[in-house]
This record gives sequence, structure tokens and C-alpha cells, in this order.
Amino acid sequence: MIEAHEVEAKIRAGVPDAQHVAVEDLTGTKDHYRAIVVSAAFAGKSRVQQHQLVYASLGALVGGDVHALALSTFTPEAWAAKQG
Amino acid sequence: MDDATREQIQKMIEEHPVVLFMKGTKNFPQCGFSATVVEVLRRSEADFFDVNVLEDPAIRQGIKDFAEWPTIPQLYVKGEFVGGCDIVREMYESGELAPMLEAAGRS
Repeated sequence: MIEAHEVEAKIRAGVPDAQHVAVEDLTGTKDHYRAIVVSAAFAGKSRVQQHQLVYASLGALVGGDVHALALSTFTPEAWAAKQG
Repeated sequence: MDDATREQIQKMIEEHPVVLFMKGTKNFPQCGFSATVVEVLRRSEADFFDVNVLEDPAIRQGIKDFAEWPTIPQLYVKGEFVGGCDIVREMYESGELAPMLEAAGRS
């Protein structure tokens, strides 16, 4: 188990240019999270590569304290477009 | 991960066009995320080789290092890591997955 703000802090520290990071506890059990991450570092990367960047920032957390992490990654442009 | 495990993984993803590393088997998935990918592949009418990581701890950890991806399931098409449950489902829904599976099926 780990607090949402700790997951967020790790992502902010580990993903370069993380402009927006939102972490949500999906089940209230502090081990199934959803995270939205917006970073210019995702530009030109495939979805898998973007998610690998986020997983790298979390190290052994995912698969350990965090059983599942639903990730949504965006470049600043894609995020702005999504906001509409 | 030791070389033997790496070679074993490499061999599997090269020998079979579509490989799913999962918890359980295609007929008896033992995890919701794995079952979701099995269902996506069934609906795509894609034949695939299932690897039950629960039967082999070395593969279970090795595949995470291999793909730099910390969770199971993991889908491979023509030797390339495609993604885990969320990405495969998103690709299925966007129509990105079908052509990839068809091309692999013909190879």
C-alpha cells in the first residue's frame, strides 16, 4: 500500500518535464491506481515507450505495493486538445 | 535475469507470431487483466501462443525485465512487445490491433 501523493511525487521526480500528474486511487485500497501524466518528453514516443518512462520512475513499486496502474499519457498538445 | 531465461523468452517470441505471457492459460485465465487480453484476441480471431507465467517464476520475473514492463499480461506480435492489458484493449477499440494481428497471422 502506498499513498496517492507518494505515487504522484515519484512520477513528477522521475518523468522529465512532467507538467501535469493526476493520481487516483481506484479502489480505496491504495494498490489499484489510475494516473494521468502529461509531459513533453513523450513527444515522438509510442504509447508503450511513454508508459515505460512512467514505470521506470516508479521502479519496483508497480507489481509490488501497487498491483495495478491504469496509465494515460499525453504530450502537452494532446492534453490541450483533449481538454477541448 | 540469466541468459538461459532470456534465450528461452527470445525463442518463444521468435517462433510464434503472436505470444501472450499471461497468468493462467487461454482456456483458464487466472487474472482479470489476462482474461481481458485473451477475450480481445478471441474477438480478433487471432491464434496465439499462451505462456502461463504462474508455472515458471524465472519467466514471470524475466519477462518484466525483458520488456521493462512491470506487469503481466504482456502481448508480443512478430517478436515485438505490443503492450499490457490497457494498451491492447485501447488498440483493439481504435482498430489499430486488427491489421497487426492479421499481418502476423499470415506470416
